[in-house]
Amino acid sequence: MTAAVLPGTAHNGLARGRVELLQFIRDRTAVIFTFAFPAMLLLLFGTIFGDSYEDTGVSVSQVYTASMIAYGILSTAFITMGSGLAMDREDGTLKRLHGTPITSTAYLMGKLILVFVLSIAEVTMLLLVGVLVYDMPLPDASHWVVFGWLFLLSVIACTLCGIAVSALVKRARTAGAILNVPLVALQFISGVFIHPITQLPSWLITVASLFPVKWMSQGFRYVFLPDSMKVYEAAGQWELGRIALVLGAWCVIGLVLCLVTFRWTEKDR
Amino acid sequence: MDVIEVSGLRKTYRGHDAVRGIDLNVPRGEVFALLGPNGAGKTTTVEILEGHRRRSGGEARVLGEDPGTAGRVWRARIGVVLQDADDAADLTVTEMVRHVAGFYPDPRPVAEVIDLVGLTEKSKARIRTLSGGQRRRVDVALGIVGRPELLFLDEPTTGFDPAARRQFWDLIRALAAEGTTILLTTHYLEEAEALADRLAVLSGGLIVAEGTPATLGGRGAAGARVSWRHGGVQHTEQVTDPTELIRKLVAEDADLTTLTVTRPTLEDTYLTLIGDHR
Ligand SMILES: Nc1ncnc2c1ncn2[C@@H]1O[C@H](COP(=O)(O)OP(=O)(O)OP(=O)(O)O)[C@@H](O)[C@H]1O
Ligand SMILES: [Mg+2]
Repeated sequence: MTAAVLPGTAHNGLARGRVELLQFIRDRTAVIFTFAFPAMLLLLFGTIFGDSYEDTGVSVSQVYTASMIAYGILSTAFITMGSGLAMDREDGTLKRLHGTPITSTAYLMGKLILVFVLSIAEVTMLLLVGVLVYDMPLPDASHWVVFGWLFLLSVIACTLCGIAVSALVKRARTAGAILNVPLVALQFISGVFIHPITQLPSWLITVASLFPVKWMSQGFRYVFLPDSMKVYEAAGQWELGRIALVLGAWCVIGLVLCLVTFRWTEKDR
Repeated sequence: MDVIEVSGLRKTYRGHDAVRGIDLNVPRGEVFALLGPNGAGKTTTVEILEGHRRRSGGEARVLGEDPGTAGRVWRARIGVVLQDADDAADLTVTEMVRHVAGFYPDPRPVAEVIDLVGLTEKSKARIRTLSGGQRRRVDVALGIVGRPELLFLDEPTTGFDPAARRQFWDLIRALAAEGTTILLTTHYLEEAEALADRLAVLSGGLIVAEGTPATLGGRGAAGARVSWRHGGVQHTEQVTDPTELIRKLVAEDADLTTLTVTRPTLEDTYLTLIGDHR
């Protein structure tokens, strides 16, 4: 036996990413729902609440566009990952892979690639609606830099949390229901649907501040709205440093939860 | 050192004893078949050896390592065909085989594997659209694409038509000839007889008989039943060795066009064994 070299994790991870994407685009319902839903919400909200914030010249629809990007990333990363993992456990994908020399890191890398591509597409779609329908001006370069790290941290944090939460999902059929509980609750208290967030009781804002969604939507509002809009934030400031800190912390928490809870097969096997 | 060495293997699911202490040794290059009724513990045993399930007790060594803790180098040396899987429904046969081949250091050529399982015509079809037997052949293809030293097959031919089953047998014989060790479970007794060097019958989590297809459960010593017609009368005799009786019949000028010599089939032996241990 010659000791031929085992293909590396990066190589296998890229191959997984390719296959994940291929499977995703071939499942048309998933494509339509994932992309159309946040865009539809945005169009609905924009139409229902058509007025603007006093003195700032910023329309409510533009604020929704910015906040909705946080929602788009959250729903794409968290749901795709959480339910995708439950599906893979149920249909035997994970078990199949576990019978081969692939590492769990390569498998998760594939999922991460899927989530990144989907999130980029999602954000592009929302921005198109914002720019074309609501005349939202695109920001300058320094704001795009913030967008870059914010997007990266947001996707990673939501993805890792999705993996961790999927450990609670016993049947893929119930995944949607279980995963939507934290998702919907956080949206309402995090200033995504209800803005300014200061309308909420302060204890609720405190609760929301413990989770990443509030910071994500705040961050994306910084990126896409004029500086004058900061007065509508909970602290009256954009708090970029704190945003980075909280999201970074959630990446670490998510990673730890993920490493602790990830299993190739069901627990009692 | 044998490829599979198992002693006192036990598995308990929440108070239910599925495997109750089995010993098993499979030397390199052997084709070993595990038989047994539904729920006997075949899949449990095989999946413990594949590293998919944790054992509750006993010792297991597969290719010299503990399957519960063995790493990816070990997994590159085994091939696994699970009892059931319905993953990768949206990929084509070629895409999936190529994908899995990419995880191994020295995989077989993709087209060759697809041809070996007789799916060349369906190679561009989405797995979702395949028939049950064709789907199963994809599983077999994925199990052998990495050139495993040891191949686990859990009821591999479920849903195969007779021609596909023969083709599969040829494939297994070819793999065995190359030196692949094979652990197979099946409910088809003729399949076990056609392929296995040795086999064991599992019932209620215990091995109730072990041997070669010819000797299992005292089958070799069971003798033969000889029947013939003579003068319009049907005769039947149970003998250990039919030679003597047939010689006598020839001398008597009996009508030998009606002569039959039957030994208990593997299925007869199996059913007796299972009946005894129910
Ligand atoms: N994950 C599990 N949890 C609880 N009990 C299980 C589990 N898997 C198997 N069992 C039980 O263990 C016993 C053996 O099951 P196993 O799947 O090993 O049987 P088998 O011999 O492969 O049967 P079949 O021929 O139907 O495939 C059965 O009684 C089954 O109900
Ligand atoms: Mg079974």
